[in-house]
Parts: sequence; structure tokens; C-alpha cells
Amino acid sequence: MTEQVVRPLAVRSVGRSLERVDGHEKVTGAAAYAVEHGEADGVIDPLHVWLVQSTVARGRVARLRPEAALSHPGVVAVIDHSNAPRLRDTGNRELLILQDDAVGFRGQVVALVLAESAESAREGAALVDVSYEVEPHEAELREDNATYKPDSVNPDMDTDTEDGDVDAALAAAEVVVDHVYRTPYEHNNPLEPHATTAWWEDDAGREVLSMFDSTQGVHGVVESLAPLFGLEAEQVRVRAPYVGGGFGSKGEAHAHVVAAALAARTTKGRPVKLAVTRQQMFALTGYRTATISHLRLGATADGTLTAIEHAVQEQTSAIREYAEQTASPTRMMYAAPNRRTSHRLARLDVAVPSWMRAPGEMPGMFAHEVAMDELAVACGIDPLEVRERNEPDVDPETGRPFNNRRLLECLHRGAERFDWASRPPGPRATVDGDWWVGTGVASATYPAMKMPGNSARVRSLDDGRYAVAIGSVDIGTGARTVLTQIAADALDVEPGDIDLAIADTRLPPASVAGGSSGTSSWGTAIVAAAQRFRADHGPSPDPGVETTASAADDPAAEQYAFHSFGAVFAEARVNRWTGEVRVPRLLGVYSVGRVVNPMTARSQLLGGLVMGLSAGLFEESHRDPRFGHVVTQDLATYHVAAHADVLDLDAEWLEEADEVFTPMGSRGIGEIGIVGTAAAVANATFHATGVRVRSLPLTADRFLA
Amino acid sequence: MRAMRYLPAESPVWAVETVAGSPGAQFLAGGTNLVDHLKLGVTAPELLVDISRLPLDQVEQYDDGAGLRIGANVRNSDLAAHPLVRSRMPAVARALLSGASGQIRNQATTAGNLLQRTRCVYFQDVTTPCNKREPGSGCSALEGYGRYNAVLGASAACVTTHPSDLAVALAALDATVVVLGTEGERRVPFADLHRLPGDDPSVDTTLGDGELITSVEVPVSRASERSTYRKVRDRASFAFALVSVAAAVELDGPVVRDVRIAWGGVAHRPWRARLAEAALVGRELTEDAVRSAVDEELADAETTAQTAYKVPMLRNTTALTLTRLAEEETR
Repeated sequence: MTEQVVRPLAVRSVGRSLERVDGHEKVTGAAAYAVEHGEADGVIDPLHVWLVQSTVARGRVARLRPEAALSHPGVVAVIDHSNAPRLRDTGNRELLILQDDAVGFRGQVVALVLAESAESAREGAALVDVSYEVEPHEAELREDNATYKPDSVNPDMDTDTEDGDVDAALAAAEVVVDHVYRTPYEHNNPLEPHATTAWWEDDAGREVLSMFDSTQGVHGVVESLAPLFGLEAEQVRVRAPYVGGGFGSKGEAHAHVVAAALAARTTKGRPVKLAVTRQQMFALTGYRTATISHLRLGATADGTLTAIEHAVQEQTSAIREYAEQTASPTRMMYAAPNRRTSHRLARLDVAVPSWMRAPGEMPGMFAHEVAMDELAVACGIDPLEVRERNEPDVDPETGRPFNNRRLLECLHRGAERFDWASRPPGPRATVDGDWWVGTGVASATYPAMKMPGNSARVRSLDDGRYAVAIGSVDIGTGARTVLTQIAADALDVEPGDIDLAIADTRLPPASVAGGSSGTSSWGTAIVAAAQRFRADHGPSPDPGVETTASAADDPAAEQYAFHSFGAVFAEARVNRWTGEVRVPRLLGVYSVGRVVNPMTARSQLLGGLVMGLSAGLFEESHRDPRFGHVVTQDLATYHVAAHADVLDLDAEWLEEADEVFTPMGSRGIGEIGIVGTAAAVANATFHATGVRVRSLPLTADRFLA
Repeated sequence: MRAMRYLPAESPVWAVETVAGSPGAQFLAGGTNLVDHLKLGVTAPELLVDISRLPLDQVEQYDDGAGLRIGANVRNSDLAAHPLVRSRMPAVARALLSGASGQIRNQATTAGNLLQRTRCVYFQDVTTPCNKREPGSGCSALEGYGRYNAVLGASAACVTTHPSDLAVALAALDATVVVLGTEGERRVPFADLHRLPGDDPSVDTTLGDGELITSVEVPVSRASERSTYRKVRDRASFAFALVSVAAAVELDGPVVRDVRIAWGGVAHRPWRARLAEAALVGRELTEDAVRSAVDEELADAETTAQTAYKVPMLRNTTALTLTRLAEEETR
């Protein structure tokens, strides 16, 4: 494989709204998702697996009686820690299931039931009789137990940072904002629940584990599973041709993927299908930790920040650490000479938290952007002005110049579209019938990231077409479409001349669809491969020649701090009688580099705004600390925004091309839409009512007189 | 799901005779609640008697227009769209349309709506104690997640609320439930259909063994024609009520001649606020008068930190609903 120094792309298809290349398959139901594959894909006569979950939060399985389950019609086997195939300890206790009798959280997998039908497996699982030796557990995040300092926070950031003398600056500040902001537990809830089909077969004397998995990264699943099963990477093949959303919860393999592979190992080659239920997702597939953010802002009377402190308390699971980087955006967002951030965790006997759309930025910017609104109120200045006043010259965290910081342009464009100039300065100023009406603003930011380890392959076909291959997954964002456009432009052909293959570990390696890094990482690899292909084979290659390449590191990239920015404007109406909150207008204006496909990008940004609105108004997983699990574990009790909640919604972007960051000029758009949105809504409800709510969600009871 | 027997009902009488005396038998109508329970293990009947195809699907006037008789199997969406329901008892149409989703309303039936069971998270989670699901096991909601808990008429055994919107409207409009049992037909005043939990929350209603609701009769009155339903919820659709108010009013000048108030989201059954009604009859209908009438009804309310909001929410929403009705009446 070759490394290629990439040149900026001459764009033709990039920047245009090519319709989704897989749209027809999806809307006609022809697209097969993870447990919908049949004989044509090698899934012949499958068994079905159901998970048996612990009903205690901590302790040991004292006795597990499978007899009643085994005598249920259709049940083939019950697998528990006493008879499960052995796994190698890779240090990830979330994945090390059924290896001993220990229970680390309520809902943990303690047995698997295999049956001829999903219904039989489910009933069999209900019939497995498990008793436990119960040990005391702790499942509640509190300010007095979140005291543990992790070595780093996700993905590998400093836990704490400190510049200058925050305490002295706060003591000397003319204005101080000092409040605690809270965000609740939230669950990702993609439309398609997690699901896996797995089977083992013999390939010339070597065992091969094959899977269809609903994942954001097929290669990542191999990296997790191969060492657990003592296999070489080539012995595991994972495919994910269609994935119905993930929002981070499918960024890493969770326990059910191991469960499917373990179960399949016992069936003498018969495939197994395992579909996680919506309720099981609340225990097994990750979630966003609740956060407690203690924000202290010190400023001069005109709103110029002199000190920023963001002390975060949150939780992780005792069985596997995940520390959300909640204060990370505070480190780079605004200028202030004195700055301090910290993260402390409670290690609880609970399910393992993980990535959820914009981990860190989403809860952190809720706290910071509401605090900034409070600073504007305290100084008697406009919320836009307080942000203008604290715009940094360089990245406050690294001292590097920003490559393309256009936050103020986003704010000004949004203000123009929202008619901000006519906004009454004070709160509780506008009544329309039964409703208090207000508007609010918040900034958004998200780091621009490219992941290492991507390469792509280009091969000429015999009809003037090109086969382009990379193992990346389209989780519903439109990646298959935009990569086709990028490949077409990189080869200077039409999108229809590209035969794109993705989502298979037999293809060149690709990084996870996460961190808003997918298009940047995979697209750059495709450009590298295409440019190398043309250098090697010219404009009229012989059919069948091929090139596999990855992009060479760009030393210029080290000189900049790469971030995207945005501004979110919300109008909130709060019912004077009932406290109900409605958001009739929501607008995001973004600077995200060049937009590769306006149609799919708009969906991404609007989807982020809706998810932010949903987090602002509704989403909250209630964990009952007595039991240790989330009791609002379905979509009737865990509310996400419904159609009726989403009214005048719009997103636009500044025209730009960031060719320092990627040859396409793009930066990534998957997450920034959710950042700042809940803060904008909260700030709008304050402007409407004069009631400052510092914890999410903004439910009706918070605004009752 | 456990294997069970399934029988399509041949007639209402046949259905009653088949279910009566068989503790493991249940009626199946639209199935929007029961099928969930089958999957979750909340219930495990041995026999399902499918009554959904019985011809109990008409809406008709009785006694020369004195009221509407609504067949048990009339679908929620059909009932909400019925011209006579919309014009003569708008509270019923509005309550229906504020419930569930379009797809569920297309499937759910009138009687099934009334007999749906609580959505208390512990009732639906078989790994936690619940006296309603498993008598004697304890009430997890008492000190657990309780945002939707009752504030009136609860007991130490159960603090949950009835989820139906339709039932609240029917409670306000003095409906009568027509019930077929092994001894023949009887008529149950709506207020007597649902019960408070007391020390046996496993029983939601006063229906006897095998009794089948065949229709609901709703009298038409001047008040019913000026009735409405206001549901308060965080999410704009597809959410159960934090609180809801069904109200009807008939004025004599500014003075209340007849008023009906029923609340949802506050008790184990739809709560007819008779004390509040009594406090308003004969008085001028003002916002303050409604608020103090509501406070009379809520004098016995028991709240927690999680449910305290329901008191001001009920007071405000009832005041909003009744004053708006009065404004429409005098316009």
C-alpha cells in the first residue's frame, strides 16, 4: 500500500445535492439490515438468541437453572458462565461476558437462550431461573460521591487543565456568574435497535467468524472481537451494509455482539441472530452520563471574561471506565487569561456509559452557553455582544491559530435571519395570548477530526467505470452517496461511473463513523487512492489495474486548531397557565467547511438540531438507584421529540472550503447540530418567562407560577 | 411469548360464557395494550377470546337524540371523527385526538381504551415489585420514579394513575357503560366503572367475571355541546397526561347553572371533581372562583416532590379551560 500526498479536489459533483444512491433500496424495503439477511448472504437455517439479564445490580449468580427453559418447545440451548466458550481477557469487562459468576450491574448478560424462533428464545429466557448472592450496590450520582479523578477523559484528553490564577481573578472580578448546571442520563435510541447475525465456519482449516452487525465501524468490531476469541483479524469478517442509525451507541461493539459470537460458536456452524430489544438497549448499548457542571465565570463590567472555571462531576461504570469530556469545549471556546477545568467521576455499579452524539460538547456547551447568557444578563448587555467581546485571537487551549473560526459570522447571520435587532432586551416582555414568548441564542462548536488508519482502493473496470472500495459504514447519514461524489471528482468521472463498495472488513480499513470524522477520514483516503491511481495508471487505464493508497500525513495540519462553529437561535413559547414549552422556530447557522452534499448535510444538521431540541425539552433516563437500572426504558416513557414538536426548523451554512483540513474542503457535520441547541432553547425560555432553568430537560413543571 | 389458545368470538353472549369462570381467559380487542403486555410478560393468559370482529361498531342516537350509543368496538379514530360526537360532545372527540398516535387510534377500540392499564414503569417491568401486577409484592412507585403518580385517592399499595383520555371525558359527561354478563345485561354509571386502588390495586374496574362492555351511552345536553378537553404534557403529541381536564359548562347569564369537571393524570381512575363543581354552581364563573373551587377539591391531595407540580397545574388548567368555555358561551 502507498501513501499519497493529497491535493485539493477539483469539485464537480461535490457541492451538489446528489440523491441518495441507496434511497430506492431503503424506501422499498429491499435493503437488508443486520438480522434480515437470508440464504443469499449465507445465512442458512439460523437459530435465534435471547439475552437473560441480571435482576440485581451487584453480586454473584448463586444458581442458574435452565431446565424449564430447555423443556420449552423450540429451545435448543442455554449458555451461562458455566458452559460458555472461554474468552481471553482483553481488559474490557463490558465484553467479557459469561466468563464468571460476577454481576457488575443490573441488566448485565447472565445467560443466553438459543431457540428455533425468536419467540421461543424469548420465552425460554423468561423461564431461566436465576438466583443471586446480592451485594450492596451504589447506583446514584451525587456531588458527594463523584470524587474520583480519571487518568484521562474521552478519547484521551487531559482530565484537568489550569492556566493563570482563577481564584484571584474571580475574587477581583466585577461580575461573577457562579451556578451549577445539570444534564440527565440520555440514551441514544437509534431507530434500528442493535442487532447481530453471526456464524462460524471452516476456511481451509482455519476458523472464521462471520457477522452482519449493526455497527458504526466494521473494523472496530474485529479489533474488539478477534483478541477476545484468540483469532487473527483476518479470521473475523464483519459486514454492515445498512445501519439504521447509531448516534455513537454503535461506535464500539457492546456485549450483545460478543453474545452472538459466543452463541454461534456452540451451534456447529448454524448462524445465530440476536436482536436487542428497545428495553434492553437501556442497559446494554451505552448512554450519556448525567453531568453536574459547576461553572464560575469572572468578568469585567462590560462582559469581558477574566476567568472561566468548569468543574464537572459525572459517573462511570465500575466495570469499565468511560469519562465524558464535558469541559473540553470550555477549554477552547472563549478568551480568558485565567482558566481551569476538571472532571471527577462516581464509579457506580451501573451499565457502561459510552458515546452519544457530541460526547463532551453536548452537555458541556449546555452549561457554558447558559452561563454565558447569565453573564450577558448580569452585565446588562446583549447575548451576542458578550460572545463578541470574548472572541479569542488564537485557540486558548493550544495557542495555535484557528484554521477558520467564523463563529461571529454565524452569530450575525443568524441574528439577521431571526430579526434579533427587534428583540426586547429584558425577559418576560412579550405575551401572545396564553403564551410567554422569548428568543435565545447559543454558540456551537465541534472539533474537526480525521482518524488514522484509512485507505481506499481504486480499480478500473472494463466499461470505463471504476470500482472504489473502503470498509467504512453508512449509518444512515448518506456516506455511501457522498463518498461516491468524492470518488467521482477525484477520478474526474461522473458519479454514475463509480461502483462503490463499503462496510466490509475484506475491504481496505476504515475508521469508525463517529466524532464527525467519517467523510473527512474516508473521503481523504479515497482522494489519495484516486490521485495515486491516476499517477500510476493515467487517464485511460487498462481494465483491471488497481491502486490501494492512504493519505500521507500533512505537516501543515499540525499548525492549526481545527474546529467547526455555529450559532443556534431558538424561539420559545411557554404557556402561562400550564408551563408547557413549545419551540416554534429553531435555526442553526454553521461554518463546517465545504458541504459535500447539501441535501444529506441538511438532514444531518436538522437532525442534530432536532436531537438537541429533544434533549432540551424531553429526554431523561430515570435510573432508580434502589434497583440500579433505568426504569423509563421504552419510547413511551423516554420521550424523544415527536413530529408535532418540530415546527419551523432550518439550518444553513457559510460558503467556504477548508482545503487545509481535507482535499474536499469539508470538516464534518454529524454532531455540531446537537451542540448548543438545548442551551439556546433554555435561554429562550428564560427570555420568555424570566425563569432561569439550569438543568435539563425543560419540562412544564419548571415554569408553573 | 407463551403458547396460548386463541378463539374468535362468535357472539357477545358466546364470548362472555367462554371467558366467565376461566381465570386464564381474557378478551382481546384492538390489542394495543394487551399485546405489549404479552411480550413484556406482564400478563400470560391461557386463552384469548378475540372480540374485535363482533358487530359492536356502530355509533347511534337513542331516545330521539337524548344521547349517543357508542359500540364497544368503535375505533378511536372513527369515534373522534364522527359528526355527532364532534358537534354534540366535543370533549370526547378532543380527548380521543389527544391520545396516542394516529396508527394506535386506528386500531384501538372504545371499550379497550377504557380498560387499558396503567403505564406505571414498574407495572410494565416484571423485574420490579408491583402490587397491581403481582399482589403483595409491594409498590415500587411509592418511593421511585413518580412524576406521573396520583395525587388523589391513592393508597399505600398503589399510587398510579389511569392513562385514558377518553375515560376522563366520559366521566365528565355522565356516561353509562352497558355491560353483558352471564346473568344478562346491566348498566353501570361511568363513575362506578373504575375503582380506587385501596388495598387491592390488581383490580382496575368493578366489572365482574367474564363481563363484557358492549356499548357506552353518553347523554347529550347543553353542557355536553359546550364541553372540551385540555391535556397538559411536555411533548406536543404521543404522551400521557401530566394532568388533563374535561369540562362542560352551562351558564345562566354570568352564573353557573351546570358544570362538569373531570381530571385525568391525578388518580387511579378518572377523577370527577364534584366538590369543585358544587362550589361553582350558582356562582359567577370567574378565574378566581374556579381556582378556589379547585382548591376545595384538592384539599385532600397528597403530593411528593415529584408530583407537587400537579396542584398548580390542575388549578391553572381548570381555570383556563372553564373560563374559555364561559367566554365561548357568552360570545
